[in-house]
Amino acid sequence: MVDVALHGGALASDKVTTRAKAIDRLRLGDAAFRHLTRAAAVGVLLLLSGVMISLFAGSLPAIRAFGFGFLASERWNPVTDKFGALPAIYGTLVTSAIAMLIAVPVGLMIAFFLTELCPQWLRRPIGIAVELLAGIPSIIYGIWGLFVFAPFLQQTLQPFLIGTLGNVPVIAPLFSGPPYGIGVLTSGLILAIMVLPFVTSISRDVFEAVPAVLKEAAYGVGCTTWEVARYVVLPYARVGVIGGVMLGLGRALGETMAVTFVIGNAHRISVSLLAPGTTISATIANEFTEAVGTLYTSALIELGLILFVITFIVLAAARYMLARIERRIG
Amino acid sequence: MSVQGLAARYASRRRRNGVAKGLSLAATLFGLGWLVLILAALLWQGFSGLSLAVFTQMTPPPGSSGGLLNPIVGSLALTVLAVVIGTPIGILAGTYMAEYGRHDGLTSVVRFINDILLSAPSIVIGLFIYEVMVAPMGHFSGLAGGVALAVLVIPVVVRTTEDMLTLVPNALREAATSIGLPRYLAITRICYRAARAGMVTGVLLAVARISGETAPLLFTSLNNQFWSTNLNAPMASLPVVIFQFALSPYKDWQALAWTGALIITLAVLALSIIARSLVSSGKRS
Repeated sequence: MVDVALHGGALASDKVTTRAKAIDRLRLGDAAFRHLTRAAAVGVLLLLSGVMISLFAGSLPAIRAFGFGFLASERWNPVTDKFGALPAIYGTLVTSAIAMLIAVPVGLMIAFFLTELCPQWLRRPIGIAVELLAGIPSIIYGIWGLFVFAPFLQQTLQPFLIGTLGNVPVIAPLFSGPPYGIGVLTSGLILAIMVLPFVTSISRDVFEAVPAVLKEAAYGVGCTTWEVARYVVLPYARVGVIGGVMLGLGRALGETMAVTFVIGNAHRISVSLLAPGTTISATIANEFTEAVGTLYTSALIELGLILFVITFIVLAAARYMLARIERRIG
Repeated sequence: MSVQGLAARYASRRRRNGVAKGLSLAATLFGLGWLVLILAALLWQGFSGLSLAVFTQMTPPPGSSGGLLNPIVGSLALTVLAVVIGTPIGILAGTYMAEYGRHDGLTSVVRFINDILLSAPSIVIGLFIYEVMVAPMGHFSGLAGGVALAVLVIPVVVRTTEDMLTLVPNALREAATSIGLPRYLAITRICYRAARAGMVTGVLLAVARISGETAPLLFTSLNNQFWSTNLNAPMASLPVVIFQFALSPYKDWQALAWTGALIITLAVLALSIIARSLVSSGKRS
C-alpha cells in the first residue's frame, strides 16, 4: 500500500510538472509569436526610414557638389558633370497639374453619375470597369501612349490646338511649335486617364457615405438632383474628396513608365505644352543604368529623394484628410 | 416675384439640372471609353503576334524570330520570390496591428507609414534596393529584383491582413480563450482560418500589382537576353523586355512588346477578377 501510495504520489507530481512544462511551452510560444509579429510591424517602419536614409546617403555627393543650387539650376550635362533638377521638377509638376485639371472634374462627374443617376443594375459593372482601369499596369499605358495615343494627338488634337488656342493672345505661347505627338501635354493626358479611377472610386465612396436624411431633406424642399449633389453632397464630402484627389496627385507625381514613353526626355523648360520635356521619374528611368561616374548617379538619386519627399508630403496630407472623414462618418 | 419670373427661374434650374446630368453621363462614357480603347488596341496589336513560339522560344536579336520564354519565366520567378519574401512579413505585421496592438500607438504609426508605402512611387523603391543591394554586391541580380517587388507586396498584404482580421468577430477569440487556447494558437488556428479568403485576396492583389511593375526592376534585376534561372545574375522580366523592345526601332521587337503587353494585361485582369470573386463568395458564406 505504501508502495502504491508513494508510486501514485510520484505519478501525480510527474503530471504536475509535465502540465507546468506544457503551460510554459505555450506561454513561450505566445511570447515568441507576439514578438515576431511586433518585429514585422516595426520592420515596416524601418522600411520607410531605410528608403529615406539610403536615398539621402546616395545623394550626399551631389548635395555636397551642388547644394541648394541643384533645385534651381536648369543645366543637365553629364559630360561636364553639371546637374540641375529644375527641368525635371517643372515637368513633374506641370504634367501632374494637367492630369488633375482633367481628372478631378471628370472623376467627380462620374461619381455623381454612379451615386445619383445610374440605375442600380449598372452600378456594379461600371464600378468594376473603373477599377479595372486602375489595375492596368502603367507600362501598358506607356506602350499604348507611344504607338496609338501620341500619333493620334499629333494628327488631330495638337494641330487643332495650334490653330485655335495658339492664336489667342495671352496663352498662345503654351500652344506654339510643331505638333510632335509626344511631349508634356500628351504625358499629362495619359496621367489624367491613369488618375481618373482613383479620383472616381474614392469620390464615389465618400458620396455614398453622405447620410440619406440630408439628401432627402434637400429633395423635400424642392432641390433638383444637381442641386442636391452640388450644394449638399459635395460640401459634406469635401474633405474626403480632397483626400482622394491628393492620393491621385501622389500617383501622378510618381508615375514612371507611362510618362517615360511619351515625354521625350528633353532637359529644358519650354513654355509650350506641346514640346518634349522630362519628369523626375522619367529622367531616373531613362538614365540611371547608363549613368557613369559617382556624381551622375548621385544626382539621379537626389532626384529620387526630391520625388520621395514631394510625394510623402502629398500622401501624408491625403491620408490625414481621409482619416478625418472616416472619423466623422464612423 | 411674378408668376412668369418664378416659372422662368424654375425652367432655368431644370435646364441646369439636365445639362449636369448630361455632362455626368458624358464623363462616364469618356472614362469607360479609355478602357475600351486601350483593351481594343492591345487585342488588335497583341493577338496577331500570339503563337506557340512566344511561349517556347527565347527573346530574339533584332531581325530574327523568337519568343518571350525567358522573360515570362523570369517574371514568374521574380513574382514567386517577392511573394515568398513579402507575404510572411506582411501577414505578421498585419497580425500585430489587428490582434496584439489594436489600440496602441505603434499600430497607428505603422498604419500611417504603411499607407504611404502603399502609394509611394515604385521607382524610388528601385533606387532604394539599388543602394542597399545592387551597389554593395557590385552587380544587378534577380534576387535584388525580387526583393524590390517584395517591398511593394508588403504594404498591400499588411493592409488586407489587418482589415480582414479586424472583421473576425471577437466571440471567436473569446471562445478560443475559454477552452484554454493561448493567444498565438487562437490567432493561427482560429482567426487566420476565419479571415482566409480575405487574406488570400490580399496576396492576389499584391501579385496583380507587381506583375506589371517595371520601374523598380530597371536597375535591380535589369534584363537578360538569354535563358537564366540564376538569381544571382541579371534576370529578364516581361515588363522590362516590353520597355526595351517597344522603344527599339525594330518592327519585330515592337510586335513582341505588344504581345507581351497583352499577356501581362490578361494576367492582371484575371488575377483581379479571381480576387474579386473570392471576396464576394466569402461575403456570401
